[in-house]
This record gives sequence, structure tokens and C-alpha cells, in this order.
Amino acid sequence: MSSQELIRIDHLHRDYGQLRAVDDVSFELARGEVLGFLGPNGAGKSTTMQMITGNLAPSAGEIRICGIDLLDQPKRAKREIGYLPEQPPVYRELTVDEYLTYCARLNRIDRRHIVRAVATAKDRCGLGDTGARLIGNLSKGYQQRVGIAQAIIHNPAVVILDEPTVGLDPIQIREIRGLIRELGEAHGIILSTHILPEVQATCNRVQIIHHGKLVFSDSTLGLEQQLNATALVAAFRSGPDSTALQQLPGVTAAEVLGAGRVRLHYSGSDPAEALVEMAASRGWRLYELVPERRTLEQIFIELTCSDVPAQVTTEAAA
Amino acid sequence: MMIFTIAAREIRSLFLSPLAWAILAVTLFILAYLFLSQIEAYLLLQPRLAALQGAPGVSDIVVAPLFGDAAVVLLLITPLVTMRTLSEERRSRTISLLLSAPVSMTEIIIGKYLGVLAFFLILIGMLALMPLSLLAGTALDLGKLAAGLLGLTLVVAAFAAIGLFMSSLTEQPTVAAVTTFGLLLLLWILDWAGNSGLDTSNLLGYLSMLRHYEPLLKGLFSSTDVVYYLLVTILFLGFSIRRLDATRLPH
Repeated sequence: MSSQELIRIDHLHRDYGQLRAVDDVSFELARGEVLGFLGPNGAGKSTTMQMITGNLAPSAGEIRICGIDLLDQPKRAKREIGYLPEQPPVYRELTVDEYLTYCARLNRIDRRHIVRAVATAKDRCGLGDTGARLIGNLSKGYQQRVGIAQAIIHNPAVVILDEPTVGLDPIQIREIRGLIRELGEAHGIILSTHILPEVQATCNRVQIIHHGKLVFSDSTLGLEQQLNATALVAAFRSGPDSTALQQLPGVTAAEVLGAGRVRLHYSGSDPAEALVEMAASRGWRLYELVPERRTLEQIFIELTCSDVPAQVTTEAAA
Repeated sequence: MMIFTIAAREIRSLFLSPLAWAILAVTLFILAYLFLSQIEAYLLLQPRLAALQGAPGVSDIVVAPLFGDAAVVLLLITPLVTMRTLSEERRSRTISLLLSAPVSMTEIIIGKYLGVLAFFLILIGMLALMPLSLLAGTALDLGKLAAGLLGLTLVVAAFAAIGLFMSSLTEQPTVAAVTTFGLLLLLWILDWAGNSGLDTSNLLGYLSMLRHYEPLLKGLFSSTDVVYYLLVTILFLGFSIRRLDATRLPH
């Protein structure tokens, strides 16, 4: 377990007949990381997660959990994994307590600690007083919580959640996101989703998978910088002088949009301050100044839709 | 340890559904009816039997036919009990709970098998009470009774292993039930072909489950018969483990 590396994936492949669902995927996960796994439907997210949790065997490649090879020592490696599949694997005919006790036993929790482990897991997932209820009678959101409780009951080093917020109401989504962030402090978490704001809200690293290949991998901080403004839209009451605008430091192009609006493309430092000064001194009567940001959605679409041109028209998102 | 955890969950889920209770009730009702009609037949025959020397006793006339019929009834209900064991878990995706837990495929299969077997042992235990109740009024050949019980247990152990394997092949419980029933019936009646007098028929007859059961009912304990049932059980449990493992592998 050197340098807190919880998962190491090397050149993972998986074929379904002719179809190559996962193609040469390699990445690591460290303690304290929340890794967002993004991709369109059928990109290979779930397949990758199923391989990491031992539900599917890879066609080629290596998976190490806390330094233990999953294929050589599956029992030891699986102790360190908690997994919530797309559909929570709950037995509808059991009560929440019975089910979680069963999960605790399956994960080889010491008999004396089972009651405490069940209580802790219920507490963390907000299942407080549902213990005696049948899982089949719970709402979808609560079943999802039971699924998460099942994944964290044995306090695993790695928690893998496949679309954990599907089917939840907005308040539940906020709670689950909070829980994921909290878990992320002590564990390593892999989270798959296609809800993009969720990644920005909970993850500190993002990976995008497309046609089985990793096409993007960066920290959320790095992503923020990519997302940050690369253009400003300014609106003036009395016509601007586009040649003068181009003189501003850093500005690479000034695009006149009509009706007194100009889009300034720039690289390096933000020219907003200089622009405001210039507008004031020349009496252009600036009344609107909006930084244009790329959204994660645009990056996602650029990477995953090959037929859409790389330069997507940017929308203002202040 | 893990095996018993899985077995306990299996038997618990069985008894949480009305199916297990219905099966127990209907089966025991039918067997009780057979038991009583067998006793009636014995009472009719009794005066004539008394005149014979070395005449068959109550163990031969009541217990052996009862256990013989019980095997056929169990052949009909085994598919209903085993059909859900693995196919239902795969259909409702709860199988991933077991696959991502630190347990081996062997532990999963053996655990599920023991859960199902426990259900049948309860059924056989209740069935055994019927002939044992005769002890209140008459003497029984307890050796024959024990051989019959052993035979029935071995037959059901083999049935359950076959049912579990069929359940591992499909996601549809009903398909598992139909195929289990077909295979069990085939293995049971293979013996009929054995009566046709051909050379191949001897082999077929030897594979028949019925042929290995009849000696035990007569109180004839032969290790060949016991080994036959144990082999069938182990073979199909092995198939199930391989099959469960194969669902993970790329095709």
C-alpha cells in the first residue's frame, strides 16, 4: 500500500464477442480521491466497474486493489471493495436490518461488531428508523440508500458507486453527494454518472471514457482552468472600436457581434480590467461584461461526439 | 462459515415466500393420503398375510411404497424449489452482491445448495414421522426404514443438485423449472428403455435413478447405489460452479 495507492489498473481490456467494450484503460486511484467516471451510454463505464469489483473477468490487463492482485487473490482483494451496481442488489423480501446483517456477514465482519457496523452504516446513509421495514416496501430513493449502506458497511478502502443518484429527488441527491464527499475523505471513491454537474460538485478528479478508451483525465482543479474564461462578451452603448480592442494585452481576436456587442478571445491573463479602463476613458458606455466559460458539458460533447466540430459555439455561463 | 451464511439466507428467503409453505402443505397432504391408503390396503390384506409364512410385513407394504411414491412427488416439486436459486439472483441483479463479496464461487454454490437441501430435509423429516407413528401400535423394521430414508435423502440430494445447475443456466426461473423437470424425469424413466433387451439398454438402465433407488427401498444397502447418487450430486454441483464462474469470463 505504498503512497496510499488504492487502485491500480493496467491496460485493461474486455471484449464481448466482436465488440471491444473496454480498450486499454489504465489509471490509479489514491486515498482521499473522488474519481468521477463519465461517458455516454454504452461507453464502458459499468463494464470497467464490474471488472474492478470482480463481477466480470477482464480479457487482458491487471487490477490491483491496495496492492493485491484481484485475479490472483480475489477473496483478499474483494475485502477492500464496496460496490453499488446500477441496480441496488437488495433482497426485497428481507428487512433493512436483516439485509445489512447478511451483507456484514458476507463481508466477514467479526460477529461481535456486526450490530455496530449495521447501525453505523444505517446512520451514515440516513436510514435511521427504517430498520424493521421490508426493503420491497421502501421507495426507490431509500432502496438506493440501502444499496450504498451495503457498499460501505465493511469500511472498505475503495467504494465504487455506479450512478448512485439515479432516481432520487433533489434533496436526496444533495444528501448523497454530501455523503460521497464525506466518504471521500477517508476512502477512495469511483463514481460513475452521466450527470455532469454532479461530477463538478463531488469529484476531485474526472475521467471521460468513450468507445472503451479513456479520452480525458484531469483533476477537477485542472478542469476548472480549462473551463475558465477564454472569451469575454462586452456590450457598449456607443460603438466600440475593434482595432483599439485588439490592442489590449492578451487579446487575440475581437469579433463584432452587432448591436454594440463584441466578443474578445484572449489567452493568458484576463483583459477585463484593462477593457473597463479603456471603455471608461474613451466613453464607450460599457453596460455589460460577461466572461464566457466552457462548461464540462462542452468538453464532454467535444470528446464524445466525433461528428460535432471541435469549436462549439459557447454559451455564457456566469 | 460463509457457506452457512449463504445457506441461512437461502432458506430464510424460501420461507419468506408463500411458495415454500404451499409446497410443504400440498406435498405432505398428498403423502399423508398415500400413507393412509397404504395402511388401508394393509388392513385388507392382513388376514391373508397372517396365514402365509415369511409374509411381507408392514414395513414392506406400507413404508416401501410410501417412500417410492414420495420420490416421484419430490421429482415434481424439486424444480419449483430450485428454480429460483440462481436465476432469480441473476435476473434481479442481486448476484453482484455475492460476486463482489469476499466469497468464492464454490462457497456461493455450496451455500445455496445446502439451503435448498435443508428445506428438503425438513420435508423428509416430516414424512418420516408418518411411518414412525406406526410404532405406537406395531413393530417396524427400523433397518428398512433407515435404508428407505437414506435412499430418499440421496435421491433428493441429486435432484437438488440438478435443479441448481439448471437454475444457473438461465435468467428465467420458469425455464429452469421446466428443464429441471425434463432432465429429472428422463433420468428417472431411462430404466424403461432398459427393459427392451438391447445391449445399450443396460447402460441406460444403469444410469436410471429409479434402478438405484429400488434396492434401498427393499432394505438392500449397496455402496454402488450410494456412490451413484453422490457422484451425480457432486458432478452437477461442479457444473454449477463452473457455470457461475463462466458468467464472468469474456466469450
